[in-house]
Amino acid sequence: MQILQPIFAAAEAQEQGFWEGLWESFEKTFITDDRWTFFLNGLWATLRIAFFAAIIGVLLGFLVAAVRSTHDMRHKKCRSFGDAIIKILNVICNIYITVIRGTPTVIQVMIMYFIIFANSRNKELAAVLSFGLNSGAYVAEIVRSGIMSIDKGQFEASRSLGFNYSSTMYHIILPQAFKNILPALGNEFIVLIKETSVAAYVGIAELTYVGNLIRSRTYEAFFPLIAVALIYLAIVMLLSFLLKRLERRLRSSDH
Amino acid sequence: MITNNEVLIKVEGLKKSFGDLHVLKGIDAEIRKGDVMVVIGASGSGKSTFLRCLNLLEEPTGGKITFEGVDITDPSVDINKHRQKMGMVFQQFNLFPHMTVLKNMTLGPIKLLKYDKAEAEAKAMSLLERVGLADKAYAYPSQLSGGQKQRVAIVRALAMNPDVMLFDEPTSALDPEMVGEVLEVMKHLAKAGMTMVVVTHEMGFAREVGTDIVFVDEGIILEQGSPKEFFENPKNPRLKDFLSKVL
Repeated sequence: MQILQPIFAAAEAQEQGFWEGLWESFEKTFITDDRWTFFLNGLWATLRIAFFAAIIGVLLGFLVAAVRSTHDMRHKKCRSFGDAIIKILNVICNIYITVIRGTPTVIQVMIMYFIIFANSRNKELAAVLSFGLNSGAYVAEIVRSGIMSIDKGQFEASRSLGFNYSSTMYHIILPQAFKNILPALGNEFIVLIKETSVAAYVGIAELTYVGNLIRSRTYEAFFPLIAVALIYLAIVMLLSFLLKRLERRLRSSDH
Repeated sequence: MITNNEVLIKVEGLKKSFGDLHVLKGIDAEIRKGDVMVVIGASGSGKSTFLRCLNLLEEPTGGKITFEGVDITDPSVDINKHRQKMGMVFQQFNLFPHMTVLKNMTLGPIKLLKYDKAEAEAKAMSLLERVGLADKAYAYPSQLSGGQKQRVAIVRALAMNPDVMLFDEPTSALDPEMVGEVLEVMKHLAKAGMTMVVVTHEMGFAREVGTDIVFVDEGIILEQGSPKEFFENPKNPRLKDFLSKVL
């Protein structure tokens, strides 16, 4: 027994050390130098980038989808000046979608940051534009699939009443399409929020960058990374909740 | 001004092809004010395409359609203006599912005819009353039966004050017990003097209400006449054959 005494003591000391160590690690991660404010600033930057990128993505997506569906609904033959314009725009949109979907987001962000914005100081704008452009390509295809999902009869009924093409889109097709694509659109926003973490790669101080920065400064990996993960999770859960409510409200005409 | 018996729609040499498929091979027809033209024919004969060409839902590949004195096949014509005067009822109803019945009926009058909301709604309600659906004004299309949907589709078109109504097989998608209620509405409409072009398989309706029966076969009008001579004394062997199958 006498011989075992030190071993017990050591174990005890180690056990206490675990909780103490954990506290110390927590303190280093969040409290020392008010590092919790770093997380807050990182979160704020992430939300900013995602929000403005989503706006660009949606606007661009709807625009590209409008061009592509207009083109698909028109006749193959190029008869008027308008047909020619739509045809050219459609080619541009196709190239845009192909390039964006065919290259990694990291590369796109790096090109935007190191080449296009090489001489600009507004690094966050580079991120917003690059994620917005990226998201727009995906939103465009989502919206186009939504427009195509609407029965042709809806279009004909509206045109037969005397509505022109754009009024038909606005009053009849898009409201129905929007309801159909909301789940896919919500998914795109969730992906977008998480994808902004790629901006850490070029040193923009968003949430992931901050977590990694604190990890390297404190040599503590656990708290910074878990904290970052939990914050993303919380944002995505909140967003899912809001989207579900919106979906339920829009479904009021289905009985 | 269009007076009675004046030609409302004049079709000359109407042709329509989809690629190599020639659906309409030169159709001439006149629809006068107050006429109820009933178009019959086998499926694939081109009768629906003919109807859909009248308001340019299908763009003709040849020929001319004059509506109220204007050649609407002329590309410089604003077809949307003329479509407001041509109501259309579809086989599949095509009500707007995201709007109530009342909204379905007032959207056109408010946005296109610039009615104010109260005016448009009052008119819609009186139309709904006429077809016995006033209690459905705030229902969504998915809550209605097929027959009710088609009656709403008819009054939605009527709410635009059209000069002519085009019916594209309005009872073909209905359950048999609902065909009657829709035909009843159409009969009343014809009696009230509405000019109508009806593509249908309802021979009873054609005989009773039609003023001018047209038999379309392989893209041309094979026979045309008043219901009496058309049904009692068909001349063309293909029409005889067709009638023996459907009557």
